[in-house]
Amino acid sequence: MTKSDIIVSLQKFVIETFLFGQDKGLKPEESLLKKGIIDSTGVIELIDFIESAFHIIVDDEEIVPENLDSIDRAAAFVMRKRADL
Amino acid sequence: MCGIAGLLGYGTNRPNYDSLLRMIVVQKHRGPDGHGVFLDGPVGLGHARLSIIDPEGGHQPMHLPETGLAITFNGEIFNYIELREELLAKGHKFVTRSDTEVILHLYQEYGPTCVDQMNGQWAFAIWDSRRQSLFLSRDRAGIRPLYYTIQSGFFGFASEAKALLSLPFISRKIDSHALAETFVFWHPLPPRSIFEGISVLPPGHNLAVGLDRPKPEIRPYWQIRFEKKNGDPDDEHYFMELKSLIADATRLMLRADVPVGAYLSGGLDSSVTTALIRKEEHAALKTFSVTFADPRFDESEYQREVAAYLGTDHAAVNCSGGDIARVFPNVVWHAEQPIVRTAPAPLFLLSRLVRDSGLKVVLTGEGADEVLGGYDIFKETKIRRFCSRYPESNWRPLLLKRLYPYMENIQKQSISYLKAFFQISQQAILNPLFSHIPRWELGANNLLFLSEEVMAELEGWDPLAKMKSLLPEEFESWDWFSRAQYLEFTFLMPGYILSAQGDRMALAHGVESRFPFLDHRVIEFGARLPLRLRMNGLVEKYALKRAARGLIPESVIKRTKQPYRAPDAASFTGPSVIEPEYLADVLSEERLKAQRLFNPKAVVLLLQKARQGRVLGVRDNMAFVGVLSSQLLAEQFLGASRHITN
Repeated sequence: MTKSDIIVSLQKFVIETFLFGQDKGLKPEESLLKKGIIDSTGVIELIDFIESAFHIIVDDEEIVPENLDSIDRAAAFVMRKRADL
Repeated sequence: MCGIAGLLGYGTNRPNYDSLLRMIVVQKHRGPDGHGVFLDGPVGLGHARLSIIDPEGGHQPMHLPETGLAITFNGEIFNYIELREELLAKGHKFVTRSDTEVILHLYQEYGPTCVDQMNGQWAFAIWDSRRQSLFLSRDRAGIRPLYYTIQSGFFGFASEAKALLSLPFISRKIDSHALAETFVFWHPLPPRSIFEGISVLPPGHNLAVGLDRPKPEIRPYWQIRFEKKNGDPDDEHYFMELKSLIADATRLMLRADVPVGAYLSGGLDSSVTTALIRKEEHAALKTFSVTFADPRFDESEYQREVAAYLGTDHAAVNCSGGDIARVFPNVVWHAEQPIVRTAPAPLFLLSRLVRDSGLKVVLTGEGADEVLGGYDIFKETKIRRFCSRYPESNWRPLLLKRLYPYMENIQKQSISYLKAFFQISQQAILNPLFSHIPRWELGANNLLFLSEEVMAELEGWDPLAKMKSLLPEEFESWDWFSRAQYLEFTFLMPGYILSAQGDRMALAHGVESRFPFLDHRVIEFGARLPLRLRMNGLVEKYALKRAARGLIPESVIKRTKQPYRAPDAASFTGPSVIEPEYLADVLSEERLKAQRLFNPKAVVLLLQKARQGRVLGVRDNMAFVGVLSSQLLAEQFLGASRHITN
């Protein structure tokens, strides 16, 4: 799975789950927090999706905006985690 | 409690009996004990009566021919006995024992300033036939509702908007701005109502309109002000004064010619008011509460404890998600505004229990959280300020987890996400609306559900700028706590708590609620209470807790405050939930398209998410309940299309 595959998959999930089908021009590098796309439940949902879709485990200390606060960041994080497997 | 209505015809327009009767009949739930209509040339007044004081003599509309005055009045003037004595001393002659007649004489004596002397909860209109003018007034806190409109050559007013909408010449349309404001603030900002062209008279305001001045003149006669007093007395003095004020407010509010009961939630506020009733009256006292099948919302253990401690005759209505879903369309009909939470529904069931028990008046603890500093948002703001002073700290934000032990998603968050969600930064703290920004932004994110048509009407709309335009000049000079209190007291309380959740749910079954903590003397006391006595450390309503010592069980004083909540989307759908029959229809693509309020694709995905039983956060739940209630409202009030104009 390439990074762009992961981005496509994450983008689809974010748009369907948090934006209810309206992409509002969401760019992969945009902050999900600043755009008000993700709330406290959303973070849990996002992790749940990443773990099941990409077969990785997100450790507690990894649940930080630096890893997850944009589709780009989340994709890069997934790539790093998969490389460690 | 009652329902009022009236019409003033301009030019050659004259109200007729049938129109007024129609306005009253649709509000009959507010006053099932009788009705009356008064017609005098260009004016007509109507009244649906719930008789509580002077059942024999208090018929309305009341007309005193010798004064040229007539009134239709919803509410209670609790100090009417004292006012009556003063008016008698001035030579006024009374034909009834009612508080209604006292208002008329008071108005005759003092004119519009008469309301300054009144202690109570009211919405009334006085027709002055000599001046050919109407004078309308609404109580200080906004306990009783009052809507008005000018359309088709008439000025019309009523307790509930549905009375105005019952008239064929009143247009019916959902106000796009009010809908959007509801998603952000939980209610339309005054004077908007959810219906375009129909306004609310804000709390603490009077309105004058006449044949020679057809444009209503609206003036405030009272507003809450947070002023520091010099010569701060010692703390004990404040506790004594508070206890004495609440006791006196309770004493006045027990004035009724019918038995009075009480709501008992198991929390501090209603326990205090119930204890004060028991001190005042020795007759058996009936108390009522809601219990929940779901233990996350249930407080029955504390309710039973307080009821046993105070020796009340206690009854409870158990409420499940299914119950909420079943009554929800009725709840929306009575609330007559979109709601983003289901919390009014259990109170709808509770007022039915009261009525079935033979009572029509209850005292409740409502208002204490706003007036004396009880809400979690005050604590949250204090912690956010504390964190924002040193944003790098990873220890301070842990306090936010302590604040919301019942919110699993908050408990699971990392420190950096907590800081982001609660907007911890030195910059954020400079915003005078700091306390409420996270809440409002959370709601604003749900605007994505609005249809393109509604969004087009909102072009240039800025909810925060609108909110700021409604704030008094001195707002920014107040301390952070007072600012947060002002926002709760002035907007959310009358716009949602006292209306959709209060007046409408109680009067859906002809039950009048009375609020000792909203006696204006208690409100004014709260506004001058030193900060340390509103919240001490993180102990909310500190002064009330000290004043309550000896009145109620210590366990209730010391217990962690549990916000009143009810299951939201999970009441309607989920893998193991039997959906109410109307849900799939009301949220179907076809019906969504017919109302043109929401984006059908987005709503279908939201419904799908809820149906699958995926975890819904606060925001999703608010969207679900907000969309469903708006759809129900539009269908109930506007018919098949939201643009129907008769």
